[in-house]
Amino acid sequence: MIQVQNVSKRYGDLVAVDNISFQLDKGDVLGFLGPNGAGKTTTMRIITGYMPPTKGNVYISDIDVFEDPEAAKSHIGYLPENPPLYEDMIVREYLDFVAEIKKVPKDVKNSRIHYVMDKCGIIDVGKRIIGHLSKGYRQRIGIAQALINDPDVLVLDEPTSGLDPRQIIEIRELIQGLSGERTVILSTHILPEVTMICSKVVIINKGKVALEESLERLTNKMDGIENILLKTRYWGEEIQDRIIAIPNVSDIRLGLTNELIIQPKKGTDIREELSDLIMQNGWGLLEMRPVVHDLEEVFLRVISSEGN
Amino acid sequence: MNAVYAILKRELKSYFASPLAYVILVVFQLVSAVFFYLNLKGYLQLQFDPNFQLLRDELNLNTVIVIPYFNAMSIVLLFIIPLITMRLVADERKSHTAELLFTSPINLYSIIIGKYLAALFLLVIMLLLSSLNIIVLALHGNPDMGYIFSSYLGLFFLGASFLSIGILASSLSGSQLVAAVLAFGILLLLWLVGASSDSESSVFGYVSLINHFENFSKGIIELKDLAYYLSVIYIGLFLTHTALDSERWR
Repeated sequence: MIQVQNVSKRYGDLVAVDNISFQLDKGDVLGFLGPNGAGKTTTMRIITGYMPPTKGNVYISDIDVFEDPEAAKSHIGYLPENPPLYEDMIVREYLDFVAEIKKVPKDVKNSRIHYVMDKCGIIDVGKRIIGHLSKGYRQRIGIAQALINDPDVLVLDEPTSGLDPRQIIEIRELIQGLSGERTVILSTHILPEVTMICSKVVIINKGKVALEESLERLTNKMDGIENILLKTRYWGEEIQDRIIAIPNVSDIRLGLTNELIIQPKKGTDIREELSDLIMQNGWGLLEMRPVVHDLEEVFLRVISSEGN
Repeated sequence: MNAVYAILKRELKSYFASPLAYVILVVFQLVSAVFFYLNLKGYLQLQFDPNFQLLRDELNLNTVIVIPYFNAMSIVLLFIIPLITMRLVADERKSHTAELLFTSPINLYSIIIGKYLAALFLLVIMLLLSSLNIIVLALHGNPDMGYIFSSYLGLFFLGASFLSIGILASSLSGSQLVAAVLAFGILLLLWLVGASSDSESSVFGYVSLINHFENFSKGIIELKDLAYYLSVIYIGLFLTHTALDSERWR
């Protein structure tokens, strides 16, 4: 459905995107991650045909985006980082305009507009001026705009930014509901979001693909080892030494706020031994909980290992 | 074609959704009315000049009122048109809607032409409103309709050339203010280069926008002047296309 082949983008001497390749099949939902300035937005702009790459090719449904931009663009719905809204227009008129430039056939135009307004929950503001609406509404109008031509490929640059928690859940559900038939690329800073709705993850860092994996395999990889976070009132070097002496502990390190992260050997449970040890020595157990070895950690590991 | 129409419709709505279009129309109408009034007053005072009867052939409605009126309007256009065109492209950048336009399955030329036609529409309204003064003149006197027709034709092409340069300036900047200043600067330069010569005696004279208007205001419609204005319009729109296209390649 989407093929990104060896795409690079330079701005003068600055290499924003460096030889990125990945491929998505119909129905894939890709979580596109990376630190700020990693090249996410640039990559998305290249995929949507907003700007050509310095090198490489992008194919949407086997159409080269830069050989036949008009045909390729008609398959795409795109929500940029800042929703592209005309402040002086009425919501309904705006969607009508977008439907026209996206070449939505006249006979289905009105029903399409109604459908996306309903899906995005903006029917009640249909007659209001966009400039007067809150950020949450603007974001939803932005999503409505991207959906209007019933695209096969949906490219969403941080779709849940600026929304309140309830709206975030609604938009996530909306995106989940949309996937299946469509291929979705979604960039975000909210990592749990990826675990919730994506089927595939690409992490880019400094313009390069640092990790490309299906979410299923990623979670399988992460399973089996469950780190334990430990906080005690008493604090000293000896604690670390005593804990590492427990037979099934394979590693111990310091967390960010003076807590210990303890890594047990694979398939073992050391919680009981650990708590006994603390009780016996009177170190004052404040907190002990499993650290879910989640995407956040994978993300940080990938980013920092690339950095070194 | 539908895309051009969609863009044109939106641009017009946008012009009239803000006070900008109304202010521009009112100011243009007011300023040209003042010029008309001054010319008319001058003509009336001439009646009391003892030499007036001797100079009747040279001093008539056409030479004292109609021609100066159109010349004045051509200068007012120079000041007002950068204000019409400044938002056309610059504003799309500022409101991030450029990303919507350039990722839509439409041709870049449809976008530019749609926007240009919207500005042209505003120009035509301005010119139609200014004809009120001429209608009053025609009701009470007998100005030469040939002069008036050719002057309006010239004014339309002059304004259309200004608009084309204005949209180019707007495509070069993300700020409306910079776009307006740039357009005004280019127009003024293209005006002044020919100040010392006419359109046939030197290259600078030929390039000058205003020299080609002189014939129209004298009632002469020449192919070379039409060709000149059409070329300016084409070059302006073509360079706008190039500017927008190349911007994304950088």
